[in-house]
Amino acid sequence: MLKPLVDDDGAPYFAYAAKGELRMQACANCGEVLFPPRPMCPRCQGMEFAWKLMSGRGHVWSFAVPRPPLLPDYAALAPYPVVVVELEEDRRLRLVGNLVAAEDADIDSVDPATIEIGQPVRAVFREIEGLFVAAWTPDE
Amino acid sequence: MNPTPLKDRAAIVGIGQTEFAKHLEPSEKALACRAIAMALDDAGIAAHEVDAFAAYTMEATDEVEIAKAVGAGDVTFFSRVGFGGGGSCATVGHLAMAIATGQASVGVAWRSRKRGSGPRPWTDTVNQLATPAQWTRPFGLLRPVDEIAILARRYMHEYGLTREQLGAVAIACRNRANANPAAIMYDRPLTLDDYLSARMISDPLCLFDNCLETDGALAVVMVSAERARDCRQAPVYVHAFGQGLPAQHHGMVNYWNDDPLAGPSWIAAKQLWKHSDLGPADVDVAQIYDAFTPLIPLSLEGYGFCGKGEGGAFADDGGLELAGRLPINTSGGGLSEAYVHGFNLINEGVRQLRGTSTNQVDGASTCLVTAGEAVPTSAVLLRRD
Ligand SMILES: [Zn+2]
Repeated sequence: MLKPLVDDDGAPYFAYAAKGELRMQACANCGEVLFPPRPMCPRCQGMEFAWKLMSGRGHVWSFAVPRPPLLPDYAALAPYPVVVVELEEDRRLRLVGNLVAAEDADIDSVDPATIEIGQPVRAVFREIEGLFVAAWTPDE
Repeated sequence: MNPTPLKDRAAIVGIGQTEFAKHLEPSEKALACRAIAMALDDAGIAAHEVDAFAAYTMEATDEVEIAKAVGAGDVTFFSRVGFGGGGSCATVGHLAMAIATGQASVGVAWRSRKRGSGPRPWTDTVNQLATPAQWTRPFGLLRPVDEIAILARRYMHEYGLTREQLGAVAIACRNRANANPAAIMYDRPLTLDDYLSARMISDPLCLFDNCLETDGALAVVMVSAERARDCRQAPVYVHAFGQGLPAQHHGMVNYWNDDPLAGPSWIAAKQLWKHSDLGPADVDVAQIYDAFTPLIPLSLEGYGFCGKGEGGAFADDGGLELAGRLPINTSGGGLSEAYVHGFNLINEGVRQLRGTSTNQVDGASTCLVTAGEAVPTSAVLLRRD
């Protein structure tokens, strides 16, 4: 599997995710919450940040179901759904991720035919080669 | 000060292209040289007069190698636009600016690619997993088609875009290719049944929602409007030009804007029409970047041919066919002629205004050509006397 490339801006996200927390970069000056992370706040040009704890709840904004040709690790699990989730706190905070039946399930564990745009999901944390990232499970 | 200093100041006077195929023997460098030599010959301009080059990223050969091989003179302007397929029309726009401002007198823009026989860029995981991709690719959104499939499904959900409408886009391009002997899909008709029963590549997008993978090269030669009047071919003027990189954009995975379905073409369009004497209703024929079928309805909305969410319906009932509301991609486009990162759309725009297309729109005097929607993009409005 491809491993996320951690840079200075995104490193706190991964550190919190490893502790099971979904936190988003927030400007320490004006409070703007940013995703993806970046070195400067586009609203006030502040360069100091806090990392705001999110509820981990969101809704499916859209999804795709890739099929081969794909890189071998992904082809072995295809077709698998990839979702874009908009967070409950702000619909512009959207994360690309996997929708899985449970934290430890594979990325092909949810039948794509059961997924609907708008359905509620909640964050769980999954390991990709030593890094933890948010994934999503259906939230009843 | 002239508020539109670019308007009709430069013209395309030569076009060249190699054959298109799944596999061509020569290198990308050799193919590029061939296309440029053909374009210069078409224009009746000697290579040593060339003093400007424009290209866009993902081009294998640089200006130094090209200039040296084709026999250019001293070069005073060269530019390379970023973001792959979004840069095709910007090459023409940048040369037009260079010529209009006196930085150059004879410009060449080109594209050479071996995507048919070469590797696909998304398989290069070392170079492709750049910072912006870390938030999408590890989750299996690996290829451009996966990124566009996300937008397409949202588009279907929000505005009722249907697979049949996307099929109509693919079929309009294929029908044009079926009349163009240079097209890869010249002898391969496509029906709606074929489309609907094709295998999925990234659901909701199927095989026929994807462009071809092609080897080939193309080039154009540009000079000032004054000089163009004395050239061998009737001039095709660059009437207006626009580029677009929306606020808070994030490459092709543009999911973080207020409205991800209003992409870069909206910005390029605003710039283009601001500097144009013409509006969308004056466009006789359009060449719209079609790496994937959903880019066409999204672009139709962005460039103002219909309202937001109406791009799919625009394609219904033959709207994009030769006798429709807006004939598009009259050589077959990236979907059915050749996928050479959109440059074939530029050459076809020139042929339409010369009256030499294999799918000629009667009396066409204006043609919009666009570059890739979803990535930072560009467009030119071409016209003839
Ligand atoms: Zn701020």
